[in-house]
Amino acid sequence: MTEKPTMIAFQDVHKYYGDYHALRGITATIRAGEFFSLLGPSGCGKTTLLRTIAGFEGISSGAVMIDERNMAGVPANQRPTNMVFQSYAIFPHLTVGENVGFGLRKARLPKAELAAKVAEALEMVGLGGYGDRAAHALSGGQRQRVALARALILKPKVLLLDEPLSALDKKMREQMQVELIRLQRQVGITFILVTHDQEEALVMSDRIAVMFEGEIAQLADPETLYRRPNSRKVADFIGTMNFLPAKILSEVGDKIEIEAQGFGQLTLEAEQAPGAVSGDGAVVGFRPETLTILFEGQTATDRESMAVIEEVVYYGDMTYYDVKLDGTERPIRISMRNVFGRPVLEIGDRTRVAWSPGALVMFR
Amino acid sequence: MSAGQRWRNWRQTEAANGLLMVSPTVIYAILMLAAPLGTILLYSFLTDGYLQIIREFTIANYVEAWTNELYRTVMIRSLGVSMTVTLVTVLLAFPIAYFVSFHVEASKKSMWLFLITIPFWTSYLIRVFLWKVILGYNGVVNSSLLGIGVIDQPLDFILYNVNSVVITLAHAYAPFAILPIFVALEKIDRSLLEAGQDLGETKFRTFLRVTLPLAMPGVIASVLIVFIPTIGDYVTPQLVGGPEGRMVANLIQLQYLKLDNYPLGSAIAVSAMAIVTLVSVIFVGLNRRYLKGPK
Amino acid sequence: MMKGGWFKVYAIGYLLFLYAPIIILPMFAFNDATVIAFPLSGFSTRWFSAMLEEPTLRIAVKNSLFIAVTSSVLATTLGIFAARASTRYRFPMKTGLMGLIMLPLVLPEIIVAVSLLVVLLGLGVNLSLWTVILGHVLICTPFTIAILSSAFQSLDQSLEEAAYDLGESAASTFRLIILPLVMPGIISSLLISFTISLDEFIIAFFLAGTEPTLPVYIFSQFRFPAAVPVIMALGTVLVCLSILLLTIAEYFRRRGIAKSGGKDTGGFL
Repeated sequence: MTEKPTMIAFQDVHKYYGDYHALRGITATIRAGEFFSLLGPSGCGKTTLLRTIAGFEGISSGAVMIDERNMAGVPANQRPTNMVFQSYAIFPHLTVGENVGFGLRKARLPKAELAAKVAEALEMVGLGGYGDRAAHALSGGQRQRVALARALILKPKVLLLDEPLSALDKKMREQMQVELIRLQRQVGITFILVTHDQEEALVMSDRIAVMFEGEIAQLADPETLYRRPNSRKVADFIGTMNFLPAKILSEVGDKIEIEAQGFGQLTLEAEQAPGAVSGDGAVVGFRPETLTILFEGQTATDRESMAVIEEVVYYGDMTYYDVKLDGTERPIRISMRNVFGRPVLEIGDRTRVAWSPGALVMFR
Repeated sequence: MSAGQRWRNWRQTEAANGLLMVSPTVIYAILMLAAPLGTILLYSFLTDGYLQIIREFTIANYVEAWTNELYRTVMIRSLGVSMTVTLVTVLLAFPIAYFVSFHVEASKKSMWLFLITIPFWTSYLIRVFLWKVILGYNGVVNSSLLGIGVIDQPLDFILYNVNSVVITLAHAYAPFAILPIFVALEKIDRSLLEAGQDLGETKFRTFLRVTLPLAMPGVIASVLIVFIPTIGDYVTPQLVGGPEGRMVANLIQLQYLKLDNYPLGSAIAVSAMAIVTLVSVIFVGLNRRYLKGPK
Repeated sequence: MMKGGWFKVYAIGYLLFLYAPIIILPMFAFNDATVIAFPLSGFSTRWFSAMLEEPTLRIAVKNSLFIAVTSSVLATTLGIFAARASTRYRFPMKTGLMGLIMLPLVLPEIIVAVSLLVVLLGLGVNLSLWTVILGHVLICTPFTIAILSSAFQSLDQSLEEAAYDLGESAASTFRLIILPLVMPGIISSLLISFTISLDEFIIAFFLAGTEPTLPVYIFSQFRFPAAVPVIMALGTVLVCLSILLLTIAEYFRRRGIAKSGGKDTGGFL
């Protein structure tokens, strides 16, 4: 796939609120046409960063570039971006149609043309015919669509979304996730989403920037973030990860010999151990689905360990087993898809666990 | 960075914008309130001359205000009336605030509040005058009581003394007293009360141990809202108080408009304000523990 | 529920106590007698006609209306500035400054009246309707701020940002978004200030000089027993007017809440 051109570039962006260092040297690029997410816990700076793109927050040093143009001194109402706010910010005293057409006021279009554009925008978000409804009588999901239509009708280069799904219930959220992906593909512009929900980011994004405390910890596509997190913090934040103590025995070239509790001695590639992890106090991390419980008659394709079942959590399509590998002190979680006809194990059962060194990542 | 640039940077900040936006009102308040208040404070320390004020510093005015028999009586009476009115008004107000908060359904609450506050928005002068008419020697109360034969002589203790002042003021300030208590009661989390019941308490105990303490900030506000203005009320004592019912405001008016003695009038005014502030501070201080916690 | 029952009885009784004097007004305004006492003498509207013929009354009404309208406009304007500043910005000495502005709420009016009098006379300013306006604006502004603060408070800040984001300027945002949404609060402020000013006695008494205002006129009539029934008639008119204005204010307050889809928390305060 050819590299798409850069739409947004952050060049060593710092921001201070008084003494508080909110953004600490953000350097990153966002490509045109990407669905990009800023992911992180509350207070990590993701919304602040989003607002520096929109122009609602200034920066203390560095540069924010949109489409190769430095945005310093460009006020929010002149930037080629539009925003969907967390509260949707639908003007309550206007109708849906007036809300959607609000940004086109300055263009002074003839009435027929304006009405046509508004109708088209409403169709696109699935609210065709809602033009004359009072804005304050809408449900949360409908308000969000109005906010989207209102922003997209102006054909901005970048659409900014500030935690757009956090106010919706689970079913609505899942529905809107699919909607947003479809919309982005249809419209083809850059979407930048801020969220604290890692599942949401993984589902919708082409690339994700994981942020902690004002810095970008890792910027990658969802699969890389999931399989090869570059630090324990990122690993812990995305999905569930098990950790067991481990120790480096020796390093030769780009192969690392380690000893890990429950796994014994094994060899890792250099890329599986990001950052320097010499000495004690290191851990190996692995996802629940990368270990397999071996039932009667099954054999391991790579390595095998023994374990005792401590807890069984049945979820319908999945069963989660908390098992304690021999030689370890704390249980780890393994997720198994339920296969029709196969028994569910019980607490206290001893079982064989299959695993592969390639699934492990090592951190300080 | 040049001074000009620094100014422009500061000018952009929230603080600058806020101060600028609030400035017209603040300037007005300083010119019309702070400065004049300061002036009467100043005047209270000057000497009264015939037709003018002599710029000579003195505390004679305060001495006069505090030692003169009449002034002292009036001041103490004003305090007494105010406290009585406050006590009566707040005590009577609490049940009604409680009623509207706990026994009226949500959709009807604003209607009740509306009904309660309407009398407040009608002319105060007229209302005081109406009480004069009601309580007078030939007034409504007397003529009705005489008419139905409960008394054979008109009552003469209900007008032109402290009693009428108290009744009239209690009536005038009733809505003032109800609203803060109502607001405080509304804020009480109903599930707290249900929890008490769930644990086996009687309704009355729940009231004493949970509702009342939580309503105290409202009660305290209510007390202050009634106490502070009533002590300085002019119209009611003037119209229905008679010679025995004169209060501090009448005294001040006398000094200023009739006797032209601004320094003495100022001294009385400042003393009255000082006493009011002192009493209020003591009151709030004594009830400190109710004001702690989330507002 | 028994408890609710007793409370209701008390509440009705309390309301009767509150309304008692006011009910008397129309009773004796239409009463064909010069003495305010029972029994009633029969229906008559002569006191209303007498009231309409009073020349001083007409001047007093005109003056009071002028003062009330001007004061309410000025107080609301000052209130808009202060309420917007207080709800939207943080700035140094905010508590102190706002405290100063709201101080008239806890000051007895006589203190306000005499202090203004002293300063104005000291500056050699002639007492007139305008000096009364100065005093009325001072005491009305805290009320307008209370009302307008609540109106600005319920204004979602992201609405303003959304308007900018969609290309509007600060001025057009204010005109198109903020003003319409705060309008019910503005109207309430105007009406409340108007009512307060119309009825205010003591500041007018001290600061009006030779021009009569309505309350001052009423006060001067109290000395004459013969004038009492006319005052009753006047009082009836004033009470009806106040109730009307209040109902309108309440209607606008509710409509404002409905238009922006908020919840009614009951009352101005």
